[in-house]
Amino acid sequence: MRVPHYPTLATRIRTQVLTMSYRTRSSHVGTSLSMADLLAVLYGGILRVDPARPDWPDRDRFILSKGHGCAAVYAVLAEMGFFPKEWLESYDRDGSPLVRHITHTNVPGVEASTGSLGHGLALGCGMALAGKRDGRPYRVFVMLSDGECDEGSTWEAALFAPHHRLCNLVAIVDYNKIQAFGRVKEVLDLEPLADKWRAFGWAAREIDGHDFAQIEDALQGIPFDAGRPSCIIAHTVKGKGVSFMENELAWHYKNPDAEELRRALVELGVSPCEPPLSAH
Amino acid sequence: MRTAFIRTLVDLARNDGRIFLLVGDLGYTVVEPFAEEFPDRFVNVGVAEQNLTGIATGLALCDKVVFTYSIGNFPTLRCLEQIRNDVCFHNANVKVVAVGGGLCYGPLGMTHHATEDLAMLRSLPGMTVIAPGDPVEAALATQAVARRSGPCYLRLAKAGDPIVHQEVPDFRVGEAIRVRDGSDLTLIAIGGMLHSAVEAGEELGLLGVSARVLSMHTLKPLDVEAVQRAAHETAAVITLEEHSIIGGLGSAVAEALAAGNSAVAFRRMGIGDSFCHQAGSHDYLRRLHSLTVPQIVEEALRLTVGRETVRVSG
Repeated sequence: MRVPHYPTLATRIRTQVLTMSYRTRSSHVGTSLSMADLLAVLYGGILRVDPARPDWPDRDRFILSKGHGCAAVYAVLAEMGFFPKEWLESYDRDGSPLVRHITHTNVPGVEASTGSLGHGLALGCGMALAGKRDGRPYRVFVMLSDGECDEGSTWEAALFAPHHRLCNLVAIVDYNKIQAFGRVKEVLDLEPLADKWRAFGWAAREIDGHDFAQIEDALQGIPFDAGRPSCIIAHTVKGKGVSFMENELAWHYKNPDAEELRRALVELGVSPCEPPLSAH
Repeated sequence: MRTAFIRTLVDLARNDGRIFLLVGDLGYTVVEPFAEEFPDRFVNVGVAEQNLTGIATGLALCDKVVFTYSIGNFPTLRCLEQIRNDVCFHNANVKVVAVGGGLCYGPLGMTHHATEDLAMLRSLPGMTVIAPGDPVEAALATQAVARRSGPCYLRLAKAGDPIVHQEVPDFRVGEAIRVRDGSDLTLIAIGGMLHSAVEAGEELGLLGVSARVLSMHTLKPLDVEAVQRAAHETAAVITLEEHSIIGGLGSAVAEALAAGNSAVAFRRMGIGDSFCHQAGSHDYLRRLHSLTVPQIVEEALRLTVGRETVRVSG
């Protein structure tokens, strides 16, 4: 299939996320919106994946370690054709495979289930190690939240990857500066974050996580340094794309009502009639 | 048991290139034969058990059969959530191996008493839990978990454990081994308690009590049939474990007895709901928790004599 260009794909992801959240009154909108542009470039131009063969052994692996951002990943997988877009209507409904923290069971394209923070990078290390040992060409991309950089297990994995020269591993930190209970700087300051990854042995770059050219340039440039894993610190805005959600902690928890959804879609340049708004 | 484990694992790895061994910076003088023969399939991940388990899962999701190895509570409790969310939820081919199960490393203190692990791992969906009773069973169990698809927990004792089986028994996951025939009562043992159970059975025999001894090497799936048969055919059942009596073998057997509506005298011998705050050898700690052979015999006599009284009066 022909992949839409990045802004279009990113808008589609955001539209789906907002609509999914509206339909089932589910939370974690802000975290899905902050990484929408990153996902658009990853799936739209970087990941070597084949929706027709989700188990292809040489596929690139993408792990969402910040499992609460699952709506955006389900949306991009549906947009890419891993499963029908109609499935998104079942998101968070009783009996649906699309659970509110990312779940791999019966969902093509989801490599791993997460939801408790600090698990994804170790999983990625294991997959990257297997790829190295087997001489396979695939890369492993792990999307982390800034909040989960509080987890010790994240740094256990961060120590491991450079020691084992896992240059096929890429950590992307969606650094939207807001975690569950407040601003990262106030809860537990991570700065200097890029320097921490560098000190652990990673080749790290900082980018504007909403600048498609910067995102693409960074992702096309991996590994940044031969023999070392790559870390992309993506400076993002929580709730990006919807003015009244941006930089607001409340949108970690809230879901839009009908009027808020209409306003949000207008801001995204999407006709509120499309997709149709089903009732709660 | 750990020697039997590593020898067996090396043999298996010669014929199965998928087998990896990951250790958490422990296994000195134990795992070297594997590391030397298969350097590409051996990783010491460092003192980082959460990472150990996550990496094992990642490897397993790429078609490897991964053994994680450490001592006591480190490969289990320290990374319990990784075992639950990563290994079990993904039904990953990860085999968690702990040495020093129970009170084996008792002199090292409370941190090294692995006495709640069986309860915790038994409750995880999809997890097979095996604690072999002697080095012979340990070798057979290693082969069995390597063959068995999905998450397994292999709880070993230490080095130099006494051998119970003089001949190689028929070892099947989920099937108890009847080590000794008996008709008066049944001693059901798991892990390192098997040798004491057999000794107690012999002593009871000399005292005129016919004791059946079962090696319940697999805690999950439990051999419910063997338990219910013991309740039906003998007058009393005693479980023996170097583990808390909450949630381990005693609890599992109690569940099976209750499910079978079995009316049988029943005792759980194990560790009570407390920590040990004292220094002590393995033998001392067993005595402290009433797990020595004379204490088992005494309890068995109390239980069977009680039953005979009931029978006479009935």
